[in-house]
Amino acid sequence: MMIEMQDIWKTYPNGTHALQGVSVKIDRNEFVYIVGPSGAGKSTFMKLIYREESPTKGQISVGGFNIGKLKPRKIPYVRRNIGVIFQDFRLLPKLTAFENVAFAMEVIEAPRKQIKKRVNEVLDLVGLRSKGNREPSQLSGGEQQRIAIARAIVNNPSVIVADEPTGNLDPETSWGIMQLLDEINFRGTTIVMATHNRDIVNKMRKRVLAIEHGQIVRDQLRGEYGYEF
Amino acid sequence: MSFKTFLRHVREGFKNVFRNGWMSVASITSIVVSLLVLGVFILLVLNVNSLADKADSQVQITVHLSLETKQALRETLQNEIGSMPEVSKVEFVPKDQGLEELRKDLGPDADSILEGFDKDNNPLNDAFRVEVVEATTVPFVAEKIEALNDKHPEKPVYKVKYGEGAVETLFKITRTIRNVGFVFVAGLGVMSMFLISNTIRVTILARRKEIGIMKLVGATNAFIRWPFFIEGGLIGLLGSLITVGVLYAGYSGLNTSMKGDPLMGWTLLPFDDIWMQLSGLLVGLGMLIGIWGSTVSIRKFLKI
Repeated sequence: MMIEMQDIWKTYPNGTHALQGVSVKIDRNEFVYIVGPSGAGKSTFMKLIYREESPTKGQISVGGFNIGKLKPRKIPYVRRNIGVIFQDFRLLPKLTAFENVAFAMEVIEAPRKQIKKRVNEVLDLVGLRSKGNREPSQLSGGEQQRIAIARAIVNNPSVIVADEPTGNLDPETSWGIMQLLDEINFRGTTIVMATHNRDIVNKMRKRVLAIEHGQIVRDQLRGEYGYEF
Repeated sequence: MSFKTFLRHVREGFKNVFRNGWMSVASITSIVVSLLVLGVFILLVLNVNSLADKADSQVQITVHLSLETKQALRETLQNEIGSMPEVSKVEFVPKDQGLEELRKDLGPDADSILEGFDKDNNPLNDAFRVEVVEATTVPFVAEKIEALNDKHPEKPVYKVKYGEGAVETLFKITRTIRNVGFVFVAGLGVMSMFLISNTIRVTILARRKEIGIMKLVGATNAFIRWPFFIEGGLIGLLGSLITVGVLYAGYSGLNTSMKGDPLMGWTLLPFDDIWMQLSGLLVGLGMLIGIWGSTVSIRKFLKI
C-alpha cells in the first residue's frame, strides 16, 4: 500500500473543517484523480500527503511511513520520496532549467557527476534537454511545467502529488503534460492529481476520488469527472 | 555535513549575492551608511578624547616662593612636594628662567611690556613647576602644597596657581564628552543593527517562495540556512570594507588639509594608530549584523 488514510480529520486554527473523517487506500502504481468543488478539501488532502499539513486526528502513512506524527526534523527526508507539482510551477526564477532540476538533487547531497548525468536524463524524458540553460522566464508555460515535472521525478520518488498541474495551460499543452505523467506512472510511480479539468478526466480514464465538504463522496475505478464545470 | 557540501554552500552564498543584484546592493548600502555614521562618530570621539587627554596632561601647578626663601629651605620644600604620592615631577624654575620664558611666551610684544626688567631687576619670584600623575588631583595637591606653610614659620609658599575654575570646567567637559560619546556610539551600534537587519529581512521576504521550494524538495533547515548565513556574512564584509575605505579616504584628506592650517592649533590623531582597531571593529560588526540579519529573518520561514 502506497498511501493509506484512516479517519483523517483536519481542522485549521481558524475553525475550518477541511477534512472530516476521510479514509482511503491508494495502491502502488495507481493513478488517482481528486475532483470536487473549490474549497471542498482537495488541497488539504494533497498537503497531508506531502506533509505540509499534519492531520488533527487520524492516521496517515505514505510508503510505509506513518507521517501523521513526524518529528519536524524528519520531514525533509520523507519529502524526498514525494515529488510535488503545482499549477504555478514554482520554479526558482534565477536558476536555469538545468539548475532548477539539479537543485532537488543537490539538496540530498548527490555527487556532482551523478547530478549531471541524471538531470540530463530527466530533461531528455520531458523533452527539454536542449533548453536546459534557459531561465524559466524564457520558457513557455508548458515547458516550465515540464521542468517542474523533471524536478519532481529526478530523485525517483515513489509518489507524485500534482495539484492542478494543467490549471494554467491551454488544452493542447495540457495533453502533452498528461501524456508525460501517464508515462511516468507507467514506469512505476504512483500519481495523485487534483484537477478541475473534466476533459482530461473523462478522456484519460483513471480512478476518481470526489471530495465534497471534507468527505470522500465517490470512489470509482476508471471514473468520470461528474461535475458540470 | 561533508566538506563538499560546505563548499557548495559557500559557492551558493557567493552566487546569491550576485543573483539578487539590487537587493544585495540595498543591503550593502544600508550597512555602509550605518557603519559610516558610526565610524565618523567613533573617530570624532577618539579625537576629542585625545584632545581632552592632552589638555589634562598640560595642567600644571605653579608654586611661587616668597622672595626671602633661602636655598636650604627651598630644597626641603622641593623634597616635601616631590614625596607626595600624587606628584610625578617637581621642577625648580629660578626667577631668571621664569623671566626668560615669559619673554618667549609674549613673543614680539615682550620688549614693550617687559621694558626695564632684566636679570638685576626681576619682578618675578622663584618657582616650582609641579606635575601630577592624575590630572583630577590638581586642586587637592595645590591645597596640600599651600598647607606646607603651616610647617615652616618662614611661610615660604607665596602663591599656588593652577588655573582654578578653568581646570574644573575642563575636567567636567572632557568627562561629559567621554560619557556622551560612549552612549552615542552604543546607541548608533544598536540602531544600525536594526536598520540593517530590517533591510536584509525585506530582501529575504522576497525570497520566501524560494525557501518554500527548497523545503518542498526535501532540503533540511540547516541546508537552507547555510547559504543565507554565508551570503549575510559576505554582504556584511563587503559593506564594512567599503565603509573603511571611505573613512580612510575622508579622514586622511581632512588630516592633510588641517595640517596646513595653523589656526586649528591641533592635528587629528594619525589614522595609522587607530585604523587597525577601527576597521577590525567595523568589519566585525558588519559581518555580525549581516549574519544575524539573514539568519534571524529566515528562521520564520523555516517553520513550514
